Amino acid sequence: MTDFATDVPQGPPRLAPPAAPDAEQTQTINVLPGGPPVKLVGGPPPGAATIESRGAHAWFGDHLVLEDVHIAMPPGEVTALIGPSGCGKSTFLRLLNRMHELVPSASLAGEILLDGEDIYRPGIRAQQVRMRIGMVFQKPNPFPAMSIRDNVLAGLKLARIKCSDKAGLVEQSLLRAGLWREVRDRLGSPGGALSGGQQQRLCIARALAVQPNALLMDEPCSALDPTSTRRIEETIAELRHNVTIVIVTHNMQQAYRVSDRCAFFLAAENEPGRVVEQGATETMFSAPEDQRTLAYVEGRFG
Amino acid sequence: MVAALAPAAEPTAGPAPPARRRPREFTAVDYGTIGGSALSALTLTWLIFARLTDGVGWLGFLVVAYVAFLVLFGLVTADRIGVLAAKDRLATVTITSGAMLLLAPLLWLVGYVLVKGLPGLRPSFFTHDMRGVTPTMPASAGGGLHAIIGSLQQVGLALLITVPLAVSTAVFLNETRSRLRRPVRIVVDAMSGMPSVVAGLFIYATFVIPYGGQIDLFGFNGFMAALALSMIMLPTITRTVEVVLRLVPDGLREASLSLGASRARTVWSVVLPTARSGVTTAVVLGIARAVGETAPLLFTAFGYQLINSNPFANPQESLPLFVFRSITQPQQSMIDRGFTGALVLMLVVLGLFALARFIGRDRTRSRRRTGQAPAMPTGADIFEALPGPGAPVSVAQKGS
Repeated sequence: MTDFATDVPQGPPRLAPPAAPDAEQTQTINVLPGGPPVKLVGGPPPGAATIESRGAHAWFGDHLVLEDVHIAMPPGEVTALIGPSGCGKSTFLRLLNRMHELVPSASLAGEILLDGEDIYRPGIRAQQVRMRIGMVFQKPNPFPAMSIRDNVLAGLKLARIKCSDKAGLVEQSLLRAGLWREVRDRLGSPGGALSGGQQQRLCIARALAVQPNALLMDEPCSALDPTSTRRIEETIAELRHNVTIVIVTHNMQQAYRVSDRCAFFLAAENEPGRVVEQGATETMFSAPEDQRTLAYVEGRFG
Repeated sequence: MVAALAPAAEPTAGPAPPARRRPREFTAVDYGTIGGSALSALTLTWLIFARLTDGVGWLGFLVVAYVAFLVLFGLVTADRIGVLAAKDRLATVTITSGAMLLLAPLLWLVGYVLVKGLPGLRPSFFTHDMRGVTPTMPASAGGGLHAIIGSLQQVGLALLITVPLAVSTAVFLNETRSRLRRPVRIVVDAMSGMPSVVAGLFIYATFVIPYGGQIDLFGFNGFMAALALSMIMLPTITRTVEVVLRLVPDGLREASLSLGASRARTVWSVVLPTARSGVTTAVVLGIARAVGETAPLLFTAFGYQLINSNPFANPQESLPLFVFRSITQPQQSMIDRGFTGALVLMLVVLGLFALARFIGRDRTRSRRRTGQAPAMPTGADIFEALPGPGAPVSVAQKGS
């Protein structure tokens, strides 16, 4: 493959085999702990992916909101994006799976490399990218017209992925999202009938059912109570070895608990957001190089 | 609301529950005050109009009586429980009586048709056409079966034409970013304001005049009527479906796209299923709008005294046409038949609106209580959000 790992500082060895290039019909066999093998045809290639942003800029109209972001998100690790509101964290996250371009006035510059390949290269379909990089939103958004089971399987239907064992996939996905025990007796009831925390875990299960190589989480716990938050943090801890996770959070303690690496975004008044500092979470929280990072992680502003 | 109050209403085994205080509740005393004030206002006004002055007619009587009632009620209540409460009760009474005033013409209209049409509403009306019925025969002879068949076929055909067009137009208006959305929306809005007789004339001039003589399909028949009705229904359904689609939360579209769906797939598998009950309501509203149209049928279906169950050839009757023709006849028996036809038509529309309310009813109550899930658009939301002429009955429904 290509030089995807150049900027990754001593991360752990890759846990997954190198991903195959995007083929129209990729065959994937996933054997998850505690579940039977499930065969998906037409889904993403197996394993966690490397995401790397090189000189990413983002605009809304003529307004530059994000400037020159270089971050490498190594496979099998959790990267937390922290910073005060309005500094471009969410915009950056949406750059990573081409959700940014859904805003009519939005534009960008730079490269986002997924396993070494620029996802904005002509000839790459946005749908293919989004299938490989799942997303969990701030507000739980299960499909209200679908049952819990259909919500989990929605990705297969929407991305036209064929599956050999749907019941097995539902069980595995809900297990990975930590929701199986709570809903296994009522898979047919509507997804909207669950509590907020359960709905968010259902959304995680829905994103995982497609077997993505990476998962983006945009403040997944900001609408949830502490107990639900803890459950989701546990889920993240269990998922991290199979999926690359990028999480935006306003909660310093959460970033410290769940992430291996951190990137601190900051935007001065009337200026675009920039990455002030990034590195291992431990270092960022104990001995940051930049005074502004220290002030932020200690809770002195933001 | 009800669910939240329910636990408080359960009897407790312990000490007697505390007396509940509802400062805004109308008590028996309040109702008594209303009755007494109304009675004294009427007698006072009678005294003024019949004894002290020459009077200025019944409208003046009603206005003076109503004002006297409000003044008396306000004074008595203020004397009883204070000025602040009196203002509150007075506002309640004024608004309630205003609502009743709005409802009165509707009830009058319905009641009039009911009284006039009910005597003719016997089973034979649904089983006979006008075969062999002469002007001298009583209203019990003959029936409106041919009109009912015609109405169902014409509206059914119009529905087949309209629903795919309207739903795809609404999707185009709401789900795409095309530059053509603005002109399309203007055209839809203009169409919804088009007089219905113009729709009939358009079909008449486009198909019936040039080709009607040679080809049966383009002569006077039910299909031509369906085309004219489609032009009436299309803007109504399009605008309602557009409102419904706008109520589908953007978060669902984003969720779908983030799973790797195309935009078309998102609309088909997420947006439309989420709005399904609302779309159904829109369709029923469109039917209710079209089923009562008379003008577009005059030069298309043309009308016919007997059953013609083939909508693609030869003139056909419909319920509004039947009413129109019957009521303009000189014989009392024909006029009675017309009123029965009007009653049947009203029942059909009533049934359709009930159906729309039933399909669009609030099935998301349990979800709304959690305050987390995006709420699906329901029939009630549609009635709230609906623009002007689409929902002529919505005022009455809110009032009732």
